[in-house]
Amino acid sequence: MNIIVCIKQVPDTTDVKINPETNTLIREGVESIINPFDMYAIEEAVRLKERFSGTTTVITMGPPQADFALREAISLGIDQAVHLSDRSFAGSDTWATSYILSQAIKKIKDFDLIICGKQASDGDTAQVGPGIAAHLNLPQATYVRKIDKIETKGAKQTILVERLVEDGFEIVEIEMPCLITVVKEINEPRMPSLRGKMKAKKAQIPVWGKTEIGADSSKLGIEGSPTHVVKIFTPPQKQGGVVLEGEPEEITEKFVNDFKQYL
Amino acid sequence: MFDYGFTEEEKMIKDLCRQIAEEKIRPHSQEWDEKEELPENILKTFAESDLFSICIPEQYGGMGGGLVDLCIATEEISRIDGGVAASYAASFLGMFPILLFGTEEQKKKYLPEIASGKKLAAFALTEPEAGSDAAAVTTRAEKKGDKYILNGLKHFITNGGDAEIYTIIALTNKNKGPRGISAFIVEKGTKGFSFGKKEEKLGIRASSTRELIFEDMQVPKENLLGGKEGSGFIVTMRTFDQSRPGVAAQAVGIAQGALELAVSYAHNRMQFGQKISSFQGIQWMLADMAAKTEAARALVYSVARAVDRGEKNIGPASAAAKLIASDTAMQVATDAVQIFGGYGYMKDYPVEKFMRDAKITQIYEGTNQIQKIVIALDLIKRYGK
Repeated sequence: MNIIVCIKQVPDTTDVKINPETNTLIREGVESIINPFDMYAIEEAVRLKERFSGTTTVITMGPPQADFALREAISLGIDQAVHLSDRSFAGSDTWATSYILSQAIKKIKDFDLIICGKQASDGDTAQVGPGIAAHLNLPQATYVRKIDKIETKGAKQTILVERLVEDGFEIVEIEMPCLITVVKEINEPRMPSLRGKMKAKKAQIPVWGKTEIGADSSKLGIEGSPTHVVKIFTPPQKQGGVVLEGEPEEITEKFVNDFKQYL
Repeated sequence: MFDYGFTEEEKMIKDLCRQIAEEKIRPHSQEWDEKEELPENILKTFAESDLFSICIPEQYGGMGGGLVDLCIATEEISRIDGGVAASYAASFLGMFPILLFGTEEQKKKYLPEIASGKKLAAFALTEPEAGSDAAAVTTRAEKKGDKYILNGLKHFITNGGDAEIYTIIALTNKNKGPRGISAFIVEKGTKGFSFGKKEEKLGIRASSTRELIFEDMQVPKENLLGGKEGSGFIVTMRTFDQSRPGVAAQAVGIAQGALELAVSYAHNRMQFGQKISSFQGIQWMLADMAAKTEAARALVYSVARAVDRGEKNIGPASAAAKLIASDTAMQVATDAVQIFGGYGYMKDYPVEKFMRDAKITQIYEGTNQIQKIVIALDLIKRYGK
């Protein structure tokens, strides 16, 4: 079974800063990690490969330093990686990003399953995974917490998954090839191995730009992104309120007097 | 820490072991110490990360590499938990005799299983009446046909019960003194092989220490290490030459861990309106602790490198590394507790564990007094004209 895992390199902090002019994240000076949810996607792919054999491929779209994230994925047991990097990709929203990733997946061609983390810890949109499935016209299951079964039915291969919903979980069977996004309940990611780290160090990782993936220029970057961020702001914190103390009559009088000023 | 010229691979081992120690051991260290248990999943993590395969040659399923690699891994694990490190390093102690003296068949059979982490190993020399006096073992191995029948008792065996593969030192000819001792490879589950009580220890409590009991235990003659009788004493001595830098690395790791805790505490603890790290008395203690730890580390890695280069007569240097590093660990950990003051004496804080864990490094794999004998005899041999 051939599996493609889509990952994102994110800042290793929840305390991210925003560039007020472009309304995008300031990434300089912040250590980067693999999006924590993508670690579960990587682990699940490696486990499936251990059970069914095949090839696992990790892809990411990102600046040159995203190469580190791909190598880390290899150290965790992924076989090979592709890096999608091009100036024209910069500023892509979730729609453009999922388009770019889907173009790369079309180029890789031979796959049975695409696994993504449920969302990235920086943007929290949870849109890229479903977006890829839409661009590729593939069935999908989001928020998967367990893969129950993968079986062959005639000429078809199906996957039976449990997906987390607000008040419990649903069991869904979908036809492969397909895309799933996974939640942290699905597994416990392993540590890297020494052999994996050595392999990661030596790995040749191809970098594909818009030409390599045959992308339509009008669908890339800020210009190709229908989302326009108007403003990003931190909502004002709720104030603690005022505690009135004293006899009931005094408190009531004070409350009424204070309240009048808001009328 | 100074730059010891570690290679890319060595740095990789260091980073990986630090990550595992920080993420998978630190959160549970206190609990494992209290309960005296080493959960299987941490050994599984070591195995999956290839940590049992370092310093085992590639043709036997290992990563190649040498003693420096093992010292790096042991130091990093000990920096967080000396007890977990004891179990880890003790598997190599059980492995070294097979690697150094095993026949090709024995190496092919046992080393890949140890390298993959499928089977933990242990070394069994110590008996109630034979510790420092290694030649005084009384466990007997009598040859009967194509088998040896072993009877006797080993105690204080690290990984006892948990290990699957044991290198056991036993007497094959009581009239030949040290030349009457042989080594055997024995697997858990062999008929007549059972385990006695699990010891309750002061420190390194996560690692298990048990008695091994042999009652008419039948061992096929193929399991006589190296295929010849009488090599048990030399097997023991050469094994310790290899393994003592590992104990020394464990000691350096314990010292480093205690030092870091002490610095952090001193920099946060306020007394007389200021951080206690601003007092010269504390600063000088910290500086001494750091300088001694670094000196011990420098010795450990230079000896480990010498072993990897294949230098001969490594025994005295190996003994010196173990002596210096373990004494350093004991002193640094004790001083760390002192810097913590009353809090340092309490189990709520992690530093007292380092003091308890440090103590064993002065005792096992030859007490420090035995190390001094190794060093002194070599001195007399060289210069005692």
